[in-house]
Amino acid sequence: MSDKISNYPGTPLSEKEIRDGNVLSIHDQMPGDFSWDTGVAIGRYLAGLKEGVILGSHCTHCRRTVVPPRNVCEWCFRPMDSFIPLRDTGTVNTFSLCYVTWDVQRIKEPETPAVIEIDGASPLHGIMHKLGEVDPQQISIGMRVKAVWKPAAKREGAITDILYFKPIQE
Amino acid sequence: MSLRKVAVVGAGMTKFVRRALETGKELSWQATSMALESCELTMDDIEGVCLGTAPDSFDGVHMKGEYLSDGAGAWRKPYMRSYVGGGTGVFVPIQGWYHVASGMFDVVLVIAEEKMSSYYPHAQGAFLTIFDHTTERPLKPNLLWIFALEMNRYMQTYGISKKDIAQVAVKNKRNAADHPCALLGDRNITVEDVLNSEVLAWPVNRLDVSPVSDGAVALVLAAEHVAKRITDKPVWIEGVGWNLDTAYWTNRDLAYPRYVEYAARMAYDMAGIKEPRKQINIVEPYDPFDYKELHHLEGLLLADRGQAPQLVADGVTLRDGDMPVCPSGGLLGVGNPIAAAGLMKVAELYWQLRGEAGARQVPGQPKRGLAQAWGDLMQVGTVVIMGR
Repeated sequence: MSDKISNYPGTPLSEKEIRDGNVLSIHDQMPGDFSWDTGVAIGRYLAGLKEGVILGSHCTHCRRTVVPPRNVCEWCFRPMDSFIPLRDTGTVNTFSLCYVTWDVQRIKEPETPAVIEIDGASPLHGIMHKLGEVDPQQISIGMRVKAVWKPAAKREGAITDILYFKPIQE
Repeated sequence: MSLRKVAVVGAGMTKFVRRALETGKELSWQATSMALESCELTMDDIEGVCLGTAPDSFDGVHMKGEYLSDGAGAWRKPYMRSYVGGGTGVFVPIQGWYHVASGMFDVVLVIAEEKMSSYYPHAQGAFLTIFDHTTERPLKPNLLWIFALEMNRYMQTYGISKKDIAQVAVKNKRNAADHPCALLGDRNITVEDVLNSEVLAWPVNRLDVSPVSDGAVALVLAAEHVAKRITDKPVWIEGVGWNLDTAYWTNRDLAYPRYVEYAARMAYDMAGIKEPRKQINIVEPYDPFDYKELHHLEGLLLADRGQAPQLVADGVTLRDGDMPVCPSGGLLGVGNPIAAAGLMKVAELYWQLRGEAGARQVPGQPKRGLAQAWGDLMQVGTVVIMGR
């Protein structure tokens, strides 16, 4: 801030002042209810998950296979050439041990989100998912993992048809 | 292409606070009037207004541009809100720059506002919607995940420790102790304090993260012939750059922000900078998390890949070091009202280059500075280079 200015506007409030009613505030909620179309590429991805398959798409021009699949290659802006089934194994690219939920509730047992490079996709190409059946302290980058699927009858064509990825020995 | 020279001629900002009594409109008006007063102009002199503010979901107000327009002094003027997520604060002065550089306007107001405290119980919840609704949101992600995932990948790729990274939080919070608008300035904080703070999403601890804040910042931009009449110390916008990487963030290298490099190269080219490490005297890279400052220094080509922590350890990035980084105190120290935080960095360069930064003044009469912000789903880079 400039040394030519001595007074700065802005009045800090504490949560207590609001709780105690010293200042007024209005509480309201805006419930939202949506039905999102999956589209062509992600529609096929979800249909694949229902069958227990992780689908990618391949661009012959850029010689790369991406996941999740898409219609257009964002590198060359040409249509992707094909959808191809990938393996349901992969490598942990990075992970976190998260002790807070999305709405900042503290939790004791950490959630274990990870980016998993899927076998059959190009290097550094993966998806975000969670790790399971593993001591969080034992997780490491480079660890080999495999998808644990919901039973076929219970799959609904959603990313949650994969429950999590678990470590494997090879 | 013939572009006109554009200068920053005035600046103002509110305190950055956890929750402000004032509404977003009121904060905007306060910052705007300070900026006008600082260069002795009135709203009648302003020909167009550029406003930056981040997601509507924070305020719970749809079309925030319209909502904030009276506080921004925008009525009956050409007005537009720009939005590139966390990169907005450094994009909105770029928007103002091309308004003036194009020849369409002589004097433009640039204003950035954020009021993150409205979202209950915590602004974190508003970030849920940035994830893909079909392939990611069913996993119930939170914003910390992507930072933690990126930080871990960065650490692993180059063998960087949490301690190396914590030094950034310490430096910035100490710097912020000299900033009269700062929310989290702390002259006595240590690396141990950061490492011992609560683990939120390993490797991210609480003190690795900038705070949710309310605040507003405003600048006045003018074409050369007007700027020279207004002040004898105009600060010129010498280069601007912006760039976007793929939104499929799990399909790219998380250890290196290539989009920041592309944005920086665009700005360096425009400013005629061949050796950025010698020619940039002050850096204000985006530091919502401490590792991001390092990540961005590398993307800006101001450090070799994986070597930014060494610059911090060697004291190069201290306020009196060879290349001061975040002398303002950054987002980690001053606070992070998203769009306003980015514009605060540009305002800091303005005050530093004019020699008005008081206790925060970088010694040696710096000639040129760079501000950078970053955002969207971790894939946009925005860069402004200013000189006197």
